[in-house]
Amino acid sequence: MNFKLKDIVPQLITVTAVVLVFGFFTYNAQINMENRGIDFGYGFLSQESSFDVQFSLIEYDGSHSYFRAYLVGLLNTILVSVIGIIIATILGVIVGVARLSPNYLINKFAAFYVEFFRNIPLLLQIFFWYFAALRALPLPQDAEAIFGVFFLTIKGLYVPAFIWQNFSVFFYSIIAAIIAIIVIRIHAKRVQENQGKQIPVFLISIGLIFILPLLSFLIGGVGISFEVPVLKQLATTSFIYEGGVSLPPELIALTLSLSLYTATFIAECVRAGIQGVGKGQKEAAASIGLTPNQVLKLVIMPQALRIIIPPTTNQYLNLTKNSSLAAAIAYPDLVLVFAGTALMQTGKAIEIVSITMFTYLTLSISISLLMNWYNKKIAIQEK
Amino acid sequence: MMSKINFLRPDKNNLNTFLYLGSFLFLISVLDVFLNSFFSLNLTGFLPGFLSFLFPLILGFIGLYFIRIEFSGIKQLDLLNKHINTNNFNAVLSLLIIFVIIKSLPPILSWFVIDASFAGDTKDVCTGSGACWTYIKVWMRRFMYGMYPNAEQWRINLSFIALVLMGSVGYFATDRFKKYLTLYYVVIYPLIAFLFIFFFISGGPVFFDFSYGIIAAILSIILGFFIPAKYKFYYFLIVPLALYITLKYFIFFEEYIELGKLDGLNWVETGAWGGLSLTFIISFFCLIFCFPIGMAFALGRRSNFPLIRYISVGFIEFWRGVPLITVLFMSAVMFPMFLPEDFFIDKLVRAIIAISLFEAAYVAEVIRGGLQALPRGQYEAAKSLGMGYWKMHIFVILPQALKLVIPGIANTFLALVKDTPLIFVVGLLEIVGMLNLAKTNPKWLGFAMEGYVFAAIIFWIICYAMSKYSYNLEQKYKTDR
Repeated sequence: MNFKLKDIVPQLITVTAVVLVFGFFTYNAQINMENRGIDFGYGFLSQESSFDVQFSLIEYDGSHSYFRAYLVGLLNTILVSVIGIIIATILGVIVGVARLSPNYLINKFAAFYVEFFRNIPLLLQIFFWYFAALRALPLPQDAEAIFGVFFLTIKGLYVPAFIWQNFSVFFYSIIAAIIAIIVIRIHAKRVQENQGKQIPVFLISIGLIFILPLLSFLIGGVGISFEVPVLKQLATTSFIYEGGVSLPPELIALTLSLSLYTATFIAECVRAGIQGVGKGQKEAAASIGLTPNQVLKLVIMPQALRIIIPPTTNQYLNLTKNSSLAAAIAYPDLVLVFAGTALMQTGKAIEIVSITMFTYLTLSISISLLMNWYNKKIAIQEK
Repeated sequence: MMSKINFLRPDKNNLNTFLYLGSFLFLISVLDVFLNSFFSLNLTGFLPGFLSFLFPLILGFIGLYFIRIEFSGIKQLDLLNKHINTNNFNAVLSLLIIFVIIKSLPPILSWFVIDASFAGDTKDVCTGSGACWTYIKVWMRRFMYGMYPNAEQWRINLSFIALVLMGSVGYFATDRFKKYLTLYYVVIYPLIAFLFIFFFISGGPVFFDFSYGIIAAILSIILGFFIPAKYKFYYFLIVPLALYITLKYFIFFEEYIELGKLDGLNWVETGAWGGLSLTFIISFFCLIFCFPIGMAFALGRRSNFPLIRYISVGFIEFWRGVPLITVLFMSAVMFPMFLPEDFFIDKLVRAIIAISLFEAAYVAEVIRGGLQALPRGQYEAAKSLGMGYWKMHIFVILPQALKLVIPGIANTFLALVKDTPLIFVVGLLEIVGMLNLAKTNPKWLGFAMEGYVFAAIIFWIICYAMSKYSYNLEQKYKTDR
């Protein structure tokens, strides 16, 4: 080890500056909290929260603890993110492919969609859907049924609920199908490597995933019935739907705007990815006698995915972080429930904001670590 | 010469037959939808419901099928086939898009223009089914300037006009001046702009700070011409600030001002600022601040000193990992706890600091991408010429790296502009916030749609113009390697 003054001094200055700034902040925080009589600590998490949340995936009311309120918020954030990611991916892939279409109209239509939705602030879109578009929906008593079972009203979307009999059998059948598919894939690969024969894995997989659950209906005694929402009168002018699952308008507005907005970015990623695969690759693959399907599956997709996946994951992360805008329309997500209501009640600003930030940070960093690992795995192995 | 016609296989031999028949069917289908949507006439009303609905699609599909003849020799037909009619699937999609456009035009048009009300200045004129643009007209000042007093709004206007004039120097400067433009843009322009916007708009005693600033800037620029080129950089780094401080604390005493009976401008607290002008102010300052911070952290992340590198990585990953709304929450409720008790920072300034730090992390990552994309040879060549770290980065590395990342930086700035509405968290109301306030006004209930559409159009124009400008910039600075 050779120490050089030139190397040490800049680092020392930087570290000292950082330490000083943090020390200053901590010192002030301590004095301020002493003056205001607030004590620092995370003990409040187990206290009774005594506030209610209007939409929750787990059982929750005022008698539960603040920690449970945190969980409610986190689950709601995850719910909206997952739905948003699924819709955004489907839409984004369709639009991204459409932007490469030789059809002039489709191409321009997709371009219009992308340019339109990504140049308007997300918050404005959320407000638009929530305060303007969804407010134009009919009242529950005037709502017309969509396909006879869905009701889209100003109070939210009512969908039928599944009522399962012997759900576990159905669940196991799906797991069995997945395991069977994995086994068959491994077997098919081995057969191809040893004997050069190809087994139609895709068709077999599709068959399995349908047939096994179907068998569970026929043999395993699995039954399914729907509980259709029914209009119920609460008072002379107040109606509500009972039964089924009700999705609040906040959730609808949020998922709609999040997925429409993020889909534009995903579409651009998909387009860039497909365009990034050289034309020569396709031609070379065709010239060695691969069928168009094989070209797509074995040559184009693996290379395109290598370009598409990292930025798309970034967009997923953005969507998750953007879901915090829920606070603006009172969808009870992590920010609203925890950094909003709980903070107001306890006054523990530092603890609560730090927990909230730490949660998002953990989410982001774990996804980026996963992505780095994936990137390394699929990166071109250069010799 | 008539050969046998096979309607399942349109061919070139019966080109005219197919062309006329196909075009006729296609036009009929478009006409049907057109009449249906514009004049609510239903040509196919006699058919049963479902069929009547699908009729134009089927008709148009057959029509397009007939005219799909390859190498017909007619230029327009070939172009049409190539662009919208390559196969059955594309034909259906094209038809659907045409129909959707025709179908959606009348309601959009009638809402925006035909049934909309423009005149008057009360809610009573808005009786039609269309948009109520009167609402926007009446609330225009609030949407543009927030709660800023009407009598003082010329200050905002003047500031922005002055800013645009100063900003456009770059376009009209001669080559002789262009040498100094970088310096101007990086040091002087932000300083003047800051004084102009912040002190001029807030007014009050600080108005004089603004005038000192202008005087200092002008004096130092004039003196600057007599300074040898070697010292110019240091000169512009030190002298304007020194002049400003001298003017403020040593020459123009407050009594002096009172003697001259100079009245300051009225103080307008930042809570009253708002509307679109606040969007611009916040975007502008965050843009100015986040760029140098981001650049510093990008360099820090690629530094050879491990401690600096770790600190930079920590900073960047922290800000990138959290949503902006929590950062603003932090600046609103947590940050005051970290300051000495008698020390107060205005909430607008706090918001600007928070957004700047947040966006700086994104800028840092973008610039790092540019730095990584440069070939090693550039670094080695610069070092072999005997350049030190700073000289190498300022003259060789950064100019090239920044050129490479223009699109990325433009995207970050676009994200910044689109993120400004979030400042509602700290209680500042820019245009979206003002809209939310206006729509709860009891006199003007029920016009949320108009407001949001109006704001959406404004934001769309700003963002689209920015993205087009960045594209032009990218093309302009493109260098072949």
